[in-house]
Amino acid sequence: MPLAATAAVALMVLPLAGLLVRVPWSTLATELATSEAQEALRLSVVCSLGALAVAVVLGVPLAWVLARVAFPGRSLLRALVTLPMVLPPVVGGVGLLAIFGRRGLLGARLGSLPGFPLPFTIQGVVLAQAFVAMPFLVVATEAGLRQLDRRYEDAAATLGARPWHRFRTVTLPLIGPSLVAGAALSWARALGEFGATITFAGSLPGRTRTLPTAIYAGLQSRPEAAVALSVVLLAVSLTVLVVLRGRWLGAGGP
Amino acid sequence: MRRTVAALLAATLATACSAGASTPSGPRITVLAAASLTEAFEDLGRGAAVTFSFAGSQQLVAQVGAGAPVDVVATADPDAMDRLARAGLVNTPRTFAANRLTIAVRSGNPERIQGLADLARDGLKVVLADPAVPAGRYARQVLERAGVRVRPVSLELDVKAVARKVAAGEADAGIVYTTDVAAGSAVAIPDASNVVATFPVAVVRASTDRAAAEAFVDRLLGQPGRAALSARGFLLP
Repeated sequence: MPLAATAAVALMVLPLAGLLVRVPWSTLATELATSEAQEALRLSVVCSLGALAVAVVLGVPLAWVLARVAFPGRSLLRALVTLPMVLPPVVGGVGLLAIFGRRGLLGARLGSLPGFPLPFTIQGVVLAQAFVAMPFLVVATEAGLRQLDRRYEDAAATLGARPWHRFRTVTLPLIGPSLVAGAALSWARALGEFGATITFAGSLPGRTRTLPTAIYAGLQSRPEAAVALSVVLLAVSLTVLVVLRGRWLGAGGP
Repeated sequence: MRRTVAALLAATLATACSAGASTPSGPRITVLAAASLTEAFEDLGRGAAVTFSFAGSQQLVAQVGAGAPVDVVATADPDAMDRLARAGLVNTPRTFAANRLTIAVRSGNPERIQGLADLARDGLKVVLADPAVPAGRYARQVLERAGVRVRPVSLELDVKAVARKVAAGEADAGIVYTTDVAAGSAVAIPDASNVVATFPVAVVRASTDRAAAEAFVDRLLGQPGRAALSARGFLLP
């Protein structure tokens, strides 16, 4: 058992250690200051926050419906909307093209609206990221809503609070930690999105080439730059875990 | 529509998973090859104990450089191969094919693209390969020679991705190798502005089956290879 456990740890930790060994520490700042790196960083921040906004605005109501409204097929719907968590992202990208592509089922009809067609645009990147990231927010928020003691909401209702007021002042603060955890995971997933983005939105520096795509492109021509950008994503991922530590990593410890 | 999606899905999976011929007998060798060689190599490898993995040439260099357990590598430009040769990772490379560039357009050429100059047109969605891969560098050279300034909507990471995005109708045009598109979806680039891309192949030094690797290279340079390559539109040295 301990041997297998050690192997498991090695499998997961060694690649990260390998990455750190390859980091050009002395030139790290220079690598990250190049215009290509800056463009990718800026674009990734903007797009992942955009995707997070989409995930919150659409995902919280969805979580509420899944947690509170009983209707036939609810389990099926829950399974469907969490599918992007396990679906290979490139498949998601192909699906997005089929619907929102220039010749897609909806894309072909919406083509003349401002912001369309979506492929090769920054809003296309946001859509691809939201597609893969939203389930994380929905799952966490729904779990929060289910654990919530509804008597608080009932009490607010008896005191005359209207539904929206009740949701904003009672429900939302109570599910805050779940929402934050879901948002953090969702944002990190959006930041790391590669397959759906490159399939659906392409890869143009400054426009649609986010950090993961820039890393992949750089790996082919400038490995040091790719490793430097990889370290940024690794640091972000670690930070997200540390922020969520109290919630998940702390549980079950001695 | 459904057919487009199916084709796109199939193409994506084929590139991602690297197709291989399935003959269980005999030693199996692994050949890394430039994405543009996909069809020709698959034709050549049919029935042989060869597994192919196709990607952009720069990625092939990175893979061989990182010690991938492969036997043969074939790139879309001499520069990529030279880097491997200088690093002592491969035996002497040999040129086995050449290719030219062409403009890929959507089926039936709805945008009525006549030549390189049209690629500068406003509102036209042009996709190129990233200059990090040979097809992208050649495309840049061709456009410079013709004095055309293009603002691409995407720089794809291998040439097949360019052809795919045009074939799927997401982009209006792209610059690819002549072998990447059917004649009906191609607009020729005149020789004066075109380039000749040469494809070198070499046995990887770390190959565990040198004999089978050399046999593959001989077959590629010999009659079977020439037939498979010219059938797919490659020029022969």
